[in-house]
Amino acid sequence: MPATHARKFVSADPNKCVGCAVCEYACSMVKEKTYNPTKSRIRTVRLNPFANLAVTCRLCEDPPCVAACPRDALTQSEETGIIMVDEDACNGCGWCIEACDYGAVMLHPETKVVYICDLCQDQGKPQCIEWCPEGALELVTTDILAQKARRSIVRKLFQEAMKAVPV
Amino acid sequence: MSYAGKTLHIDLTSGKVETKPLNMELAKEFIGGIGLGMRLLFDHSKPGTDPFSPKNPMIFVTGPLSGTMAPSAGNSYAVVSKSPATGGIAESKAHGFFGADLKRAGYDAVIITGKSEKLIYVFIDDDSVQLMDAERLKGKSSHETEEAIKEELGDYYVRVMSIGEAGEKLVRVACALNDEFRAIGRTGMGAVMGSKNLKAVAVRGTKDVNVANLEEFKEFIKMIHERMKGPKTRKYRTLGTPENVLVLNALAALPTRNFTQATFEGAEKVSGEYLNERYIKKIIGCATCGMRCDHIAFVPEGPYKGTTARVEFECLWALGPNCGVDHLDAVIEAISQCNYYGLDGISTGVIVGFAMDCYEHGLLTKKDTEGLDLRFGNPEALVEMVKRIGSRKGWLGDVLAEGTMRAAEKIGKGAVKYANHIKGLELPGYDLRGLKTAALGFAVSFRGACHLRSGAYSPDVKGSVDRFKLEKGRGKIVMDLEDQYNVIDSLILCKFSRGVYYDGLKDMAKYYTLATGIKMTAEKLILAGERINNIARLFNIREGKGTREYDTLPPKIMTVPIPDEGIAKGSCVNQKEFDVGLDDYYEVRGWTKDGIPTVEKLNELGLNDFAYIVKGKIEKSKKGAK
Repeated sequence: MPATHARKFVSADPNKCVGCAVCEYACSMVKEKTYNPTKSRIRTVRLNPFANLAVTCRLCEDPPCVAACPRDALTQSEETGIIMVDEDACNGCGWCIEACDYGAVMLHPETKVVYICDLCQDQGKPQCIEWCPEGALELVTTDILAQKARRSIVRKLFQEAMKAVPV
Repeated sequence: MSYAGKTLHIDLTSGKVETKPLNMELAKEFIGGIGLGMRLLFDHSKPGTDPFSPKNPMIFVTGPLSGTMAPSAGNSYAVVSKSPATGGIAESKAHGFFGADLKRAGYDAVIITGKSEKLIYVFIDDDSVQLMDAERLKGKSSHETEEAIKEELGDYYVRVMSIGEAGEKLVRVACALNDEFRAIGRTGMGAVMGSKNLKAVAVRGTKDVNVANLEEFKEFIKMIHERMKGPKTRKYRTLGTPENVLVLNALAALPTRNFTQATFEGAEKVSGEYLNERYIKKIIGCATCGMRCDHIAFVPEGPYKGTTARVEFECLWALGPNCGVDHLDAVIEAISQCNYYGLDGISTGVIVGFAMDCYEHGLLTKKDTEGLDLRFGNPEALVEMVKRIGSRKGWLGDVLAEGTMRAAEKIGKGAVKYANHIKGLELPGYDLRGLKTAALGFAVSFRGACHLRSGAYSPDVKGSVDRFKLEKGRGKIVMDLEDQYNVIDSLILCKFSRGVYYDGLKDMAKYYTLATGIKMTAEKLILAGERINNIARLFNIREGKGTREYDTLPPKIMTVPIPDEGIAKGSCVNQKEFDVGLDDYYEVRGWTKDGIPTVEKLNELGLNDFAYIVKGKIEKSKKGAK
C-alpha cells in the first residue's frame, strides 16, 4: 500500500484559473456523454473577476463524507484514496454533501445519488486536466502542494531581500 | 442534436407563457443567432411598430452550438428586435455564461412581447417561467441586479442579463449586460427592455445539451482549443484589442476629438501597452473558452482608485482619444460608469465627443452644460457627462440620451455637421476617411455604423487594397465579409476566434454538422449568410429605412479632410467615389440602384414570401428614374 500522502488529487492554481468552466464541460462530456455542467464532478466559482477557482474532491486523509454517511454508502479506496459511492446504498440524504468543506460531493440530478471525482480512473488520467486550456489544473499530492507553497514564499522573500540590498 | 427544438413565448402584458416547437426548416435556412432571430422578428412584428411599443418583440436567440463545449460559441446568445436608435433592425450578441444556460433551459429562442405594469424580471428555470417583482431593483446597476437576483433565488449559478438606469429611462443607446461585463451592447436593446418594464432575465438551465456526433465533435473542439493557443488569437490573449490604439495611430486612422484628427498625440498614454503594464490585473474567460480575452483593469490609485472594468479597444477609444482624453484612469472610470448605468460604451463615447465638439464650436454653452467645462480632453467632464446621459440628468443629459442623430436635431444650429452616426448608430473607432473599404462597409451595414458587420477595415489595415481609394471591386469584398460575418453571428462564434477556423466556412460547416447532425456545406453556409443579409435589408425596407438614401456617411467623413501631417493628410471620402462603391456593392448583391433586393434575388435565396416588401418600391424607384 502506498503512503497515504502520495495520494493524488486535482487542484487548481488560483493564479492560473480563469473561471472558464472548460473543466466542467470536459467532465460531463467524458463521464456523462453530454454537455451539462450541473453533472460535472468539478465546479468553478467566480466570486469576482479576480477570484476564480475550480474545486473538486481533495481525497481527504480522514474524509468527513465517509464518516457522515449513515448507510455506509461511501468508502475510501485504500490504494488511491478515491471516494467510492455504493449507488444502491446511497439514498441521496445529503449528509455527506453537508460534511464536505469543499462542495466536492454533489447529488446527481438524474440518478439522485451522490457522485464524486474519481480521477477518471477509466480514462487513465483526469480529463479536466487534459482539457484545461490554462494549465491551471494539476494532479498533486499534499507534499507537492507544500513544496509549491514553500518555493513560492521563498521566491517572494528573496524578492523583498533583493529590493533591500543597497545598490 | 444541439438545437433544443423549442421556442418560448412570453407576453408581459397578459403574463401568458407558452412554448412552441422550433420550425426546423427555418432553423436550417437561418442557422440560429441573428439569422434565426431576424427571421422570427418578421413573424412576430408588424410594419411601423414603434421600438418602444409593447408590440415590438424582443427576441433572445441561442445558436446551434450554444450549450455545447464549443469554445467561444458554447456560451453565446443574440438579441434581435427593432432598434430605438435606428428604427431599423437591431441585433447584438454576447458571450459569458448566460447563453449556455438559456440553451440548457431548453430554448432556441425566447420571444418577449408586451409590457409589464410594474418593473419585473423573468426567471426561466428550465420548463418553469415566472415573472418576478423587480421594483426594489429600480435604478440598480446590472451588476447589483445580478447579485441581488442570485441572492434572492439562492443560487449563484443562476445567470442574469439585466439593464441599469439607462435602460429603465429609455436612453436610446442603453445596453444590457450579463455576467457582469458581457454586453448586448449596440442598437439600444437595454432601452427596449426598459420599455417593457423588464429589468432582467434570469436563467437556470440544467438540461443536457447533446451533439449529434460526440466523438468527432470532441476531436474538432480539441483542435480548436489547440489553435486558440496559436498565433491567430495572440492579440486577444496578450495585449487584447487595445493593441489597436498604436496600430491605428501609426496608420493615421485613429479618430481623435470626434473625428477631427486621425492621430492622437496622447496615444501612448492610452495604449494597450500602457494599459496592460499599469492596470490589467487579470485576464479571464467565458464559459467553454480558455482562449480568455477579458482584460480586467483595476485603477491602482488616484481619485478613481479601485475602479474595475473590462477594457476593450472600442470603449477605450470612444471615451479616450475620441474625447481627446489621455488620462487612462478617467477612461476606465468612464467605461465603468457605462457599465453602471448600462450604456453602450461606443455610442456613449461618440455622443460625448459630439457634445464636446459642439461646445468647442459654441453650439453648446456653459449654460447648456450647467457649468461643466465640456472641452475636449477634460477627464472630469467626460465622467460627469457619461453619468448625465445614463440618468438623463439635466437638459443636456436628456438630449444626449437620445443619441447623436436626434441630439443634433434638437441642438440645431448646424450640429448635424458634428454628428458621427450612420442610420442613427454611432461610429466605432476607425477613421473612415483613410479606410475607404471600411467606409463602404459601415455605410451599408444593416444595423448602422458597425465594425462587426463586415470587418471591412481589415483589407484597409492589412494593406491588401489601397485604403485611400474607393473603387470597383470593393463591393464584392464587403459583401463576402458581410455574408461570412452573418454566418459567424448566426452560429454565434466569437469574432475573436474567427482566425482559428483555418478552413473558414468549411470548418464552420463541419462544426455545424457535427453538432446538429444536419448536413451542411461551405456553399450552403455562405448562401445562408447572403440570405440573412437580405432579410435584414428587407426588414429595414419594410420599416422605410432600407434604401440607398440611408446608406450614408457622416458629414465629417465626407467633407473634412484629415488634417494631420503624414501619410493620410488630406484624405476624405468624396461623393463620386462613394457612389462608385455603392453602385458596385448593390450590383454584386443583385440589388437595384436604389439598394433594393430584386424579386429574382429573393427567389434565388428562398425568400419569395417577402417579395411583397420590394415590389412596390422597385416600381416606384423605376418611375423616379424616368
